[in-house]
Amino acid sequence: MTPPPAPAVARTVRPPGPLVIEIEGVTKLYKMGSETIHALLGVALKIHRNEYLAIMGPSGSGKSTLMNMLGCLDTPTAGRYEFNGKHVAAMSDDELAEIRNKEIGFVFQTFNLLPRSTALANVELPLIYAGYAAHERRARAIEALENVGLGNRMHHKPNELSGGQRQRVAIARALVNRPSIILADEPTGNLDSRTGVEIMELFEQLYDQGNTMIVVTHEEDIARHARRIVRLRDGLIESDRPAGD
Amino acid sequence: MQRILYEISESFRIAFAQIRANKMRSVLTALGVIIGIVAVTLMGTAINGIDRGFQNSLAMLGDDVLYVQKWPWGPVEDWWNYQNRPIIRPEQADRLNQIIEDTPGSLLEVAAPVAGRGASVKAGANQINGVTVFGTTGNYARMMSADFKDGRLFNDAEAAGGRQVCVLGFDVAEALFPAVSPLDQTVLIRGQPFTVIGVLAKQGSFLGLFSFDSQVIMPLNAYRKYFGLSTNSAQLRVKVRDKNRMDEAKEELIGAMRRVRGQLPGERDNFSINQQQAFREQLEPVKSGIALAGLFITGLSLFVGAIGIMNITFVSVKERTKEIGTRKALGARRRTILLQFLIEAVSICLIGGAVGLSLTFGLCLLLQATMPSLPVVFSFNLVIVSMIVAVATGIVSGFAPAWGASRLDPVVALRYE
Repeated sequence: MTPPPAPAVARTVRPPGPLVIEIEGVTKLYKMGSETIHALLGVALKIHRNEYLAIMGPSGSGKSTLMNMLGCLDTPTAGRYEFNGKHVAAMSDDELAEIRNKEIGFVFQTFNLLPRSTALANVELPLIYAGYAAHERRARAIEALENVGLGNRMHHKPNELSGGQRQRVAIARALVNRPSIILADEPTGNLDSRTGVEIMELFEQLYDQGNTMIVVTHEEDIARHARRIVRLRDGLIESDRPAGD
Repeated sequence: MQRILYEISESFRIAFAQIRANKMRSVLTALGVIIGIVAVTLMGTAINGIDRGFQNSLAMLGDDVLYVQKWPWGPVEDWWNYQNRPIIRPEQADRLNQIIEDTPGSLLEVAAPVAGRGASVKAGANQINGVTVFGTTGNYARMMSADFKDGRLFNDAEAAGGRQVCVLGFDVAEALFPAVSPLDQTVLIRGQPFTVIGVLAKQGSFLGLFSFDSQVIMPLNAYRKYFGLSTNSAQLRVKVRDKNRMDEAKEELIGAMRRVRGQLPGERDNFSINQQQAFREQLEPVKSGIALAGLFITGLSLFVGAIGIMNITFVSVKERTKEIGTRKALGARRRTILLQFLIEAVSICLIGGAVGLSLTFGLCLLLQATMPSLPVVFSFNLVIVSMIVAVATGIVSGFAPAWGASRLDPVVALRYE
């Protein structure tokens, strides 16, 4: 199966907004038995609102570690991480949970939907943790699902949906709390290429709607959709430049 | 505050979805709790029943009656001291009543002598053995704890004259006169005819040892004529005016009895004063011992049920590690995850508890219908207590796995396959 050509149309590039993420000198060490693994060796990165960023790198490059760090799932061993001006490195588990809930919309390679809940209930989940009342949750979840084109599949469970539809539910879930960034980890990795293109078109659309997109991938075709590509190798940033250069 | 309510309601929704999704597993796990709750609550009904029987038995003794006897209730070490005491004679009741009358403001009301022994009672073709026959005086009417179903006790004149009349206990009357009213019928005791003048209402058995319904009461003078007075069985029963002043009354009775029995100052009392209270003090530890041992043993089965809950919650956490990671990524706090799994464990326990309780209720009804003599008492308190126990079981057994789940590293949990 040949990958479809990259879109030829001229793409919008929105001017960068205020700084959302600023990391500096971030290192991360893991202890595996007696060995210490250096996953990140002093990374510096600034991400502004309205950016569309791809993080690339082969496996073992520290890409996943950086993504976990950006997603506030993990804290750095050393270094500074500010999210909207707040120091994340020193936060407790619950404070991190709060940031993840309000500021970050996750899109996973394996969708990570709750299998026994309807699309609507899945999208409502972050709103429960944010403390919204039931009627407001419902209204916002419906709005988010309609935004990703699933207004007619809201009451279906994940196993009644196609892969592309599942990922759309996951994207609606990521959007529903109006986060500062959308953080997608190999969002097309479990999809056929045509569906993958559809999802990337949806990302384009979300970018145009004013969302800040960060996509972690090892596929050049996917990264090409971004406006800026950061490449990692062996725990260091190898290059950081606009896409197409 | 708002948020934790949403989290709790969400947790209950998840818990029931989870139970529905894993029906077999949930049923088996709940079964452990059901068995535990049935065992504990059945024990509870038995303890309730024993307690009620105990209270009923003590009430039969009368809480305002002092018993003057040669032997104390309860164990003695130097039994020969008691054995050598002079017997208590019925006439001493008359002298005691005289002293009570002569004492202004006496705390004692009246004394009655009671002597008794086992005998057979016959009426026509019917005969029952092992009936306790009592002889007493008309004063006994003033301290009886039993009610009359029919008729009356003999009066002072009948008692003094040793008339051959008697009062039958409920069971005796039932057995001898199943079809007709026993009143004015004749029964044979020791071959002598006695006319029935009263029947007692049902009282039940005393601590299951002997039945208060299997007795016959007759005038003491008639009793003496045909039974004589055995050395041990004579006693005086003394009614106290105010049961809140039993201790003072007892002191007064000791003084009066020493006078009656002509004891010298410094001599040890040659009689014992017994009362319901002494029984209570002796039996209370026995009763609580039975209760504790019973609850402990049945509690073990609940403990096994709790282990089942803990086990299944561990499995549930393991199976849903990735889900926990996802929830954490979406903003679930530690508390949220902890609550989710605790509520899951508690839900199974609550269902198990409710089913177990209904089973116990059914069993109690069945037992009462088939074996009315068994002491089972199902109380509303039991419902409350067992539900609290069920919830506590869920919390205790669900806590360790739920705590583990809440502490999972989201990165590790998300990567878990």
